Amino acid sequence: MKMKWSLIFEISTALMLARFKQTAIAAVGVLFSITMFVALLGFMNGLNTMLDGLVLNRTPHIRFYNEIKPNPNQPIDQKGEFADAWNVIRSIKPSTSRLAIHNASKIIQDLEEDPRVLGVSRKISSQVFFNVGTIDLTGLVNGIDVEKETQLFAFSDYVTAGNLEELVQNNTIVLGKGLADRMLADIGDVVQVTTSQGNRIQLKVVGYYQSGLGDFDNANSFASITTVQKMLGEPPSFITDIQVKLKNLDLAPPMARELETIYEIDADDIQTVNAQFETGTQIRSLISYAVGITLLVVSGFGIYNILNMMIYEKLDTIAILKAIGFSGSDVNRIFITIALSIGLVGGTLGLLFGFLACLGIDQVPFETEALPTIKTFPVDYNPKYYLIGGIFSIITTYLAGYFPAKKASGVDPVDIIRGK
Amino acid sequence: MNQKAQSVLQAEDIDKYFFSPVKNQVLKKVSFTINRGEFVSVVGKSGCGKSTLLYILSTMDTDYQGKLHLDQELITGKPHDYLARIRNEKIGFVFQFHYLLNEFSVLENILIPGLKLGRYSREELEQRAMEKLKIFEMEEHALKKAYQLSGGQKQRVAIARALINDPLLIMGDEPTGNLDKKNSDIVFNKFKELAEEFNQTMLIVTHDPEFAAGTSRIIEMEDGRVIKS
Repeated sequence: MKMKWSLIFEISTALMLARFKQTAIAAVGVLFSITMFVALLGFMNGLNTMLDGLVLNRTPHIRFYNEIKPNPNQPIDQKGEFADAWNVIRSIKPSTSRLAIHNASKIIQDLEEDPRVLGVSRKISSQVFFNVGTIDLTGLVNGIDVEKETQLFAFSDYVTAGNLEELVQNNTIVLGKGLADRMLADIGDVVQVTTSQGNRIQLKVVGYYQSGLGDFDNANSFASITTVQKMLGEPPSFITDIQVKLKNLDLAPPMARELETIYEIDADDIQTVNAQFETGTQIRSLISYAVGITLLVVSGFGIYNILNMMIYEKLDTIAILKAIGFSGSDVNRIFITIALSIGLVGGTLGLLFGFLACLGIDQVPFETEALPTIKTFPVDYNPKYYLIGGIFSIITTYLAGYFPAKKASGVDPVDIIRGK
Repeated sequence: MNQKAQSVLQAEDIDKYFFSPVKNQVLKKVSFTINRGEFVSVVGKSGCGKSTLLYILSTMDTDYQGKLHLDQELITGKPHDYLARIRNEKIGFVFQFHYLLNEFSVLENILIPGLKLGRYSREELEQRAMEKLKIFEMEEHALKKAYQLSGGQKQRVAIARALINDPLLIMGDEPTGNLDKKNSDIVFNKFKELAEEFNQTMLIVTHDPEFAAGTSRIIEMEDGRVIKS
């Protein structure tokens, strides 16, 4: 059996060398399609990852906060005699519960000890007015733990100008780029802020923040937690949000539900908040796979044509092989071997060139206002695409070789020999 | 002496029809036996069915009625892969036009049926192939590509190839039909030599009366029947 395979390889090789040009063209077809497949998917998914990262990287996996809402547990429901009754209450108002998270330091301590958690960061969201001359601009000041925020949510990537370290000092602020442009505030300038309680405070601008999402940059600004606490006249225990980053993103929804009940607090998970991003990513991947596979199928037809032509030209050879004792399945194997060799050589070179193409794309400058951290086109080098490309090159060439090989195996030597 | 024990090829009442363009019986109850060591020629006018008969006997054409025994084994109705193995092992072919595989060297052409059979190692086969080439005085051409040879040289190599697996029977379809007088004589003499020196059983279809006259037995056909055997 071993002998027979080596013989089949020998004959296949000889047939390919005899029609070297056509064989090479078929292999180049596969090479081209695999190159495009890998480059396309690498590029597309690089973009996907980057666009998702715009939002997902800096979004906490779980966010704990107190939502202002009516108490679902009204006094009348707690009264035993009306428990089974149909109670109608009009004009319910939100309860006066505080925005601040109760017993926050204990919750943070618990979360930090949880093995599923990568990190925890505190935050205060505060609605303010920026006073510019006679105009008041509404905005948000986020009090953040600068060090944690940088470590967990890549905060420093989005500070495009100024010095982030100065933000740790009191009474400093990093303004959203859009907001800064509206206020004509340069770095080093002092802006005046009025809180909803009416406190006025002067803050020094130490940097610009640019996320790439215009609306976000028009309203948001960042200061240290202590600055915001002081601004609001709240004690150092006051925080409104606890942001959690998990080791595994997929755990977010069940964990949010679980901790919500334990701490009696509202919890949002990233999947629920950003469902549309995942959908977009999936659709883009689907499109790139469809285009890549179409390319492969087209090159498959190329191989099909070339093999059919080769069989037509080599009818004499096939007839002689059959006359000297090669069976139909041997002839079938010879042509399948030819098809697979074309696929293997074209596919391997294609993967190599695809990788080189990705390296090339990675060097193309890509600078845009909206994406401050991106300097060149993003490319994803995930080995998965190379694996899929390789497997598909083999499958399509096998299928392209299958029918011609079947035809060759069915050649009747008597017809050919008599024909002359 | 038991004649059956010596029979290499036995045809019993072979009928063959062509259906295109109209139904036409080309072989009518053809029966004969070829024994070991016989050098047989089949002669007849063009269109008498002698080539058709040869393809049936060669196992390549399986669309016929009747029974065919090769080496005392009934081979009618056997699967195609099995027949391919029989052709490889027991039958050597020499055709009128289709000599060699142009993609390969002379030596490789001779080796291929041997490699396919796998009875000997490649080294042994190469040695055997060179021996066969020496019989046909072609050893100096061993490494040439097949298309670099003349018609007569190709036919001699084709006969050498037919011999590589020591076949029970060599079949030829007008092996000298496409050659000039000189080459045709050379090829005929080689057949004769095989018959006399190696006692090789051979069945050759020819319309060359001179070739037929040199064989030990002539089967004459006319209009799909054997009229003299």
